[in-house]
Amino acid sequence: MTVPRYTREIPQRYRLEAGRCEGCGKVSFPPRQVCPSCGGRKQETIRLEPSGTILSYTAVHVAAEEFDTGTPFVVAVVETPEGARLTAQVADCDPSEVAIGKKVRLELRRVREEGKAGILQYGYTAVLGSA
Amino acid sequence: MREAAIVGIGMTDFGELWGSSLRQMFTEAATAAIEDAGVDHIESMYVGSMSPGLFVHQEHIGALLADYLGVAGIPAGRVESACASGGLALRQAVLEVLSGVSEVVLAGGVEKMTDGVDATDALATAADQEYEAFGGITFPGLYALMARAHMEKHGTTREQMADVAVKNHANGALNPRAQFRRPIERADVLTSTLVADPLRLLDCSPITDGAAAAVVTTVERARELGGPLIRVRASTMATDSLALHDRPDLTSIPSVGRAVKRAFQDADLTLDDIDVLEVHDCFTIAELVVMEEIGLVEPGSSGQEVTAGLTARDGKLPINTSGGLKSKGHPVGASGIAQVFEIVEQLRGSAGERQIEGARIGMAQNMGGSGASCVVHILEAIS
Repeated sequence: MTVPRYTREIPQRYRLEAGRCEGCGKVSFPPRQVCPSCGGRKQETIRLEPSGTILSYTAVHVAAEEFDTGTPFVVAVVETPEGARLTAQVADCDPSEVAIGKKVRLELRRVREEGKAGILQYGYTAVLGSA
Repeated sequence: MREAAIVGIGMTDFGELWGSSLRQMFTEAATAAIEDAGVDHIESMYVGSMSPGLFVHQEHIGALLADYLGVAGIPAGRVESACASGGLALRQAVLEVLSGVSEVVLAGGVEKMTDGVDATDALATAADQEYEAFGGITFPGLYALMARAHMEKHGTTREQMADVAVKNHANGALNPRAQFRRPIERADVLTSTLVADPLRLLDCSPITDGAAAAVVTTVERARELGGPLIRVRASTMATDSLALHDRPDLTSIPSVGRAVKRAFQDADLTLDDIDVLEVHDCFTIAELVVMEEIGLVEPGSSGQEVTAGLTARDGKLPINTSGGLKSKGHPVGASGIAQVFEIVEQLRGSAGERQIEGARIGMAQNMGGSGASCVVHILEAIS
């Protein structure tokens, strides 16, 4: 991933910045120019609560090369208290401890690194437990 | 109003075709389709391919393939909708014929996946790169999220998912063009390597090279050509959010329901009229969810119905008589057209050992990504 692209995505990856539609209140993560719910064009920037509930999960055993030293790793779909959804790794867990409905905290972790000379990339990662 | 017909089909064998390049595979399938149709020229061409840029570092393949097909000069371009690229190419060809702009149009699909590229990484580009793939989720992983949710909500079992693969391999064993022409048993699936829990290797369609093509023209012109006539009753497409997590229910794929509903409206038909059906079984769970989306079974009961034989060759509605993506192989951009190849063979009565007696109307359901795109075709044999 190039530096400009990575830099552009920092507000979401580091700070969980989302958009709340000024028309219907729908929260979009990431923020959008057009609300997917009502078509409204105005959103206020909010920060998501760094916590949520697991809606589904999987343990990835066969990964793309960039991730294959860390297998198996758990990835989950998480819903935050605002109703936003995101996909994130669940770190520091035994896959057998993970279950649908369990609570997670969202923490800033190193997510990937781009080869030996590339940049380190950080972002939100889920950890089992309440905030 | 004009009506469209498919008058010619062609496809390569599916498999790891080390000796064939992308352009060779496409040309083989396209020349076979043109010969099958008996036309002396094509006026335009659409090529469905998910990612020749990543798989063989080649873009601009519309012109390249028209040149190698010996038709340089005609309008030709690539269309892309991930694994629904083939279906989309056919839809564009049908629309061009229906519009009256052209009378004979070729739709092809091709993917060359085994030239040494990290296929898992390339396929993941069909997911949201910024908000799904960033954290390492793979395509099997996305469908595993659906499978886990389906098991939790509906009680779908590992064994039921395995039975989808067993059925499709039983069909593929009879298909001379299939990548895996061998039957498997439930235990083979349940003990195969974990790919993304709960999905195992034999729940997943393989990495495949291959191409398929179809010639589309008007029903009027098809009658003049005098060959078997397959009328296009519907050609529809629907989309959804690219990211799986943005959809309200992880156990459904609403784009499928939308595209199928519109197809039945356009064709003035219902599911009861369908004799044979190819669905996009990129993973076993996908076939189960599609069965529910098209209204064949109630949500949650697809697994038990597969185990009971509803969709076997001798069942009420045979699904994936070709072997499906699972056994026939899944060269992603070609799969949508290869599904139509099987339906046309069934409607012509030329499907050999896989033939469903009396099949007259068939449907092909082709899907991209985790279901953000779905293309549906309904075809009917006209005597």
